[in-house]
Amino acid sequence: MKKISDIENDIASIKEIMERSSRFISLSGFSGILAGVYALIGSAIAYYLIYYPNSPFGYRFYYVNEQDIVVKLFATAAFVLAASLLTGVLLSMQKAKKLQLSYWNANSKRFVINVSIPLVSGGIFIACLIARGYFGIAAPACLLFYGLALINASSYTLGEIRYLGLIEIALGILCCIFPGYGLIFWAVGFGLLHIIYGILMYNKYDK
Amino acid sequence: MKDALEHFDKAFESKIRLQIMSVLLANDTYDFNALKELLNITDGNLASHAKVLEKEQYINVIKSYNGRKPNTKYQATASGKKAFRKHLETLEQLIRKQQP
Repeated sequence: MKKISDIENDIASIKEIMERSSRFISLSGFSGILAGVYALIGSAIAYYLIYYPNSPFGYRFYYVNEQDIVVKLFATAAFVLAASLLTGVLLSMQKAKKLQLSYWNANSKRFVINVSIPLVSGGIFIACLIARGYFGIAAPACLLFYGLALINASSYTLGEIRYLGLIEIALGILCCIFPGYGLIFWAVGFGLLHIIYGILMYNKYDK
Repeated sequence: MKDALEHFDKAFESKIRLQIMSVLLANDTYDFNALKELLNITDGNLASHAKVLEKEQYINVIKSYNGRKPNTKYQATASGKKAFRKHLETLEQLIRKQQP
């Protein structure tokens, strides 16, 4: 006959295997930290482009209308995004290898699709905003759609990402209420929060 | 205690079969290779355990071709899902009876 501890073991293994089989668990915590660092560097570059030598906390009414600066800011943002994605993919592949899972399976596909839906639609929406000159709304919209993307994806990967998504949305809304401080909110939302989240996830899952 | 044991499903006696069934309850279908990777067992091991579940008609085997490569997928049947739930209830009862 089976012992109670065996049965409890069985039930624990059922729970674990159900989680592992249906979620993308190879998401690397360390890549979150790096993405945050890239974003902070990007924010520092943006600060030099927009505000220097003034304080970033000062409200700048004429904002980023100069064509030249807009292009440079775009390039910085695109570079940060590309570097973060690349780091995320590479480190997650490495983690998948360590967990002896293949990195491109049904779960990672589902995760990518569900992150992409709000992110791509948001990206197109934001491109339209910028094309029409609504720069002030573009920054909070990025945070909002990113938060929505994380929440949408949270059922397909480590559940904690949901809280990160909620905080990003809250920041996005605050950013809408205080336009002109977009860069600060970006540095917090994409930089600081990623670093904190990455450290928490690294300690919890990757050690 | 004896009542509960009567319902103890022999098909789920093996931990691997229990795990296979858990995966198929959490996912509509699951690839042979992905399942093998997830449970960290060999081809033969998975195939033989799957065969037992198939014989009980707890799972369906879906065979298809990916170009030339054969692709095997598993899916839990309605009776398999029912049996699994019943088995979990039995396990629960066993634990509850031990803890007054």
